[in-house]
Amino acid sequence: MSKTLDGAGGLVSVPALLHRNATQFGSAPAYREKEFGIWQSWTWSQTNEEIEALALGFLDLGVAEGDFIAVIGRNRPYLYWSMMAAQMVGAVPVPLYQDASAEEMAYTMSHCGARFVIAGDQEQVDKVMEIQVELTEFEAMIYLDPRGLRKYDSAKLTQYSAVQEAGRSKRAALEPEMKARIAKLDYDSTCVMLYTSGTTGKPKGVVLSNRNVIETAKSSSEFDDLRQTDDILAYLPMAWVGDFIFSVGQALWCGFCTNCPESADTMHTDLREIGPTYYFAPPRVFENQLTNVMIRMEDASPMKKRLFDYFMGVARKVGPSILDGNPVSLIDRINYQLGEFAIYGPLKNTLGFSRVRVGYTAGEAIGPEIFDFYRSLGINLKQLYGQTEATVFITAQPDGEVRSDTVGVTCPGVELKIAENGEVFYRSPGVFVEYYKNAESTADTKDTEGWVATGDAGFIEESSGHLRIIDRAKDVGQTGNGHMFAPKYVENKLKFFPNILETVVFGNGKPYCTAFVNIDLTAVGNWAERNNIAYASYQELAGHPEVLSTIQSHVEEVNASVAQDAMLSDCQVHRFVVLHKQLDADDGELTRTQKVRRRIIEEKFSDIINAMYDGSDTISTTTEVTYEDGRKGAISATLDIRDAAVQTVGAKIAAQ
Amino acid sequence: MLDQADGYMTADGRQIGPVVMEMKNITLRFGGVEAIKNISFDIREGEVRAIIGPNGAGKSSMLNVISGFYVPQDGQVLYKGVQRPQMRPYQVAQQGIARTFQNIALFEGMSVLDNVMTGRLTHMKTGMFSQALWKGRAEKEETANREVAERIIDFLEIQAIRKTPVARLPYGLKKRVELARALAAEPSLLLLDEPMAGMNVEEKEDMSRFILSMNDEFGTTIALIEHDMGVVMDLSDRVVVMDYGKKIGDGTPDEVRNNQAVIDAYLGVAHDE
Repeated sequence: MSKTLDGAGGLVSVPALLHRNATQFGSAPAYREKEFGIWQSWTWSQTNEEIEALALGFLDLGVAEGDFIAVIGRNRPYLYWSMMAAQMVGAVPVPLYQDASAEEMAYTMSHCGARFVIAGDQEQVDKVMEIQVELTEFEAMIYLDPRGLRKYDSAKLTQYSAVQEAGRSKRAALEPEMKARIAKLDYDSTCVMLYTSGTTGKPKGVVLSNRNVIETAKSSSEFDDLRQTDDILAYLPMAWVGDFIFSVGQALWCGFCTNCPESADTMHTDLREIGPTYYFAPPRVFENQLTNVMIRMEDASPMKKRLFDYFMGVARKVGPSILDGNPVSLIDRINYQLGEFAIYGPLKNTLGFSRVRVGYTAGEAIGPEIFDFYRSLGINLKQLYGQTEATVFITAQPDGEVRSDTVGVTCPGVELKIAENGEVFYRSPGVFVEYYKNAESTADTKDTEGWVATGDAGFIEESSGHLRIIDRAKDVGQTGNGHMFAPKYVENKLKFFPNILETVVFGNGKPYCTAFVNIDLTAVGNWAERNNIAYASYQELAGHPEVLSTIQSHVEEVNASVAQDAMLSDCQVHRFVVLHKQLDADDGELTRTQKVRRRIIEEKFSDIINAMYDGSDTISTTTEVTYEDGRKGAISATLDIRDAAVQTVGAKIAAQ
Repeated sequence: MLDQADGYMTADGRQIGPVVMEMKNITLRFGGVEAIKNISFDIREGEVRAIIGPNGAGKSSMLNVISGFYVPQDGQVLYKGVQRPQMRPYQVAQQGIARTFQNIALFEGMSVLDNVMTGRLTHMKTGMFSQALWKGRAEKEETANREVAERIIDFLEIQAIRKTPVARLPYGLKKRVELARALAAEPSLLLLDEPMAGMNVEEKEDMSRFILSMNDEFGTTIALIEHDMGVVMDLSDRVVVMDYGKKIGDGTPDEVRNNQAVIDAYLGVAHDE
């Protein structure tokens, strides 16, 4: 396929691509959603009709060119259509994180001055209602699911289907205006505005043009040979740039089908039913799935367990080589085929990966064991490196050159340079237009020649030409002894243990390094169950002496491995604490994309950090927590501080 | 307000219809024990009617009288204006009355979906034989009924456990499945026997939300027994209070809250010694 996908000839906007798909692949499925237990599907021509009806309805409501339309809810075809309909009338869609609190929404919505909101359900409508007094430009809200909304004051509320109905009935009158607005769209018109997750400070609105989105979709689709017949599962937040590129950009460019799960809880069942051919997940999802497989194998019969262990051994030995097309002996090949029949095939089917042709993981480092596990099963899992400002793609791993410790070579059209302090810079057609209403930050990030600072420190590996990322540039510091301090490097090694869910390492300017650890309740809970250890809460399990000892052995193992690296050997963890609560985005400790916010954690838990450096063995502390509904409470605990053995590095000891 | 024969409008704008079920001077005895003593009250179409009272007040017996499981020795039960004869449980179901149980009564070995489908039984006309062959009318009928069941599964947000055997579910979810099964019968009167018993605060909030939206979306008339006073006062339109088999109060939550007899029954009476 893809011979029809010639350059940008006339295809300079989302509506233009949609029109092409409706004409060329009219009867091919464009969107599916599981509802009422059945996969409902819409072809490209039906999709086009739905979107046009909505766009006409928008005109009827008085949407003007350049208006911002906030879209908030779980992944549903209707919400993707809302974004495209907004583009059809020259408005700018702004997808927001559906689990954002009302205050977070108040900030982003008043920052962009959204006039219209499209809300998925009552929960989202309630949040907007709560903050509407702060939103001076807000005019009307369109909702999808009417449940629970019948008693609401209807002055500002319209049902999605009613907007479409109005659009359909006034088609004759409104269509010329819509056509005129579509005709005005060009390669430099704004396609979408996405808010960064805000690892540091307030979120920034990243403006992406049609050029950014379409050029990126085109080159990345060619890079991985994506086809019209591909299927993806759209389950990651719609506000995240990756979902926009996969489910809108690439989906429109290639004309493949976007599948939406029934609900967040059914994602794994739906994944299995759809069997996507192109799949993306952050490392956390792969980790969870692997943890689940291992836990279930612990409970399997001895015969099955032996079979699993044997064939997984075979897979580990030859699986990646077979996937990369390297020579493998005939006996190993036959053995691997047997394994495919007995173990790998059924396992991939259970996981929903039977049909995956291209799989990506990004966002965080993935553990080598986890990465190799999936690759050894024959799943073409690769890594990419990107960010919102680049319209995702900066580097990616080509087929056959996949390793767990690099993030690949530059994507087509991307240039890369490394600054003296190690920070990575790039320039590409995907480079964002600006941060909305924030010229200062735009200038800080993007220089006049179009080079963008990633904020990450890394280097290009000479042997392979692949980029390797060490840490956030601003997090890289110096330990008290003047050696390099890269917390993420150590944290990633720690997180590769299934028992450790999250960890934060401290040590910048300090005499030695220390760490906070969050245990993984699934893995440790299962261990506790098998060993008859009763516990009532996360806090109790996290404080159990045997758990602490297990974590200590993990920390010591990591210290041994860190000591191997001459540059970073001073980052060994001397003391650590297993925290009494899980770090949570609701408490501001993580971003909505589950990244650690160091400054906030340092402030909030300063008493515990101090105790790790003043030699105390225990620390009593009280921490404020926020419940899902916004209420606040406090938990207090007395935590044990453990010392971990560190490896001495010969040369350095001699010098001291 | 409550005397209007054709119903009335609630403060939040729901239309309450005429009386659907009327209990007249009901007395129920088990041997020498009088569980219910000469109680009269009615249930109106579209309302949420609660029956409350301390332990042993006769609430569950009352619910069993409404559901037709117990036949009172004295008094009349009028359903839609007609005096109800003695009936078998399936006849009650056919009349459009469905219920949930205080101690969950689901088919533990069956999946959630199958349990919900059993709620559709009274709506299926084809015989066992043609259902087994699954041809023609039986197939169409099952598809139509499955759709109703799926809408209820969607409504109660139990999609993720659709295929899970009930025995593997936690208590709070079993309660929800039981509600789904009762709702699947598309009842005109739904009886809930302590729907929140043994639940934590979050589960109670969820359940309250479902009860309210059920009443709101489908217009289902609901009669419920509940211990949690906060829940009852928030949910119900009218409340009957029982104590030792007698009715000691009847009215809106506010009226009941300020009723001295009710306060005495719940908080006890001070002795003058």
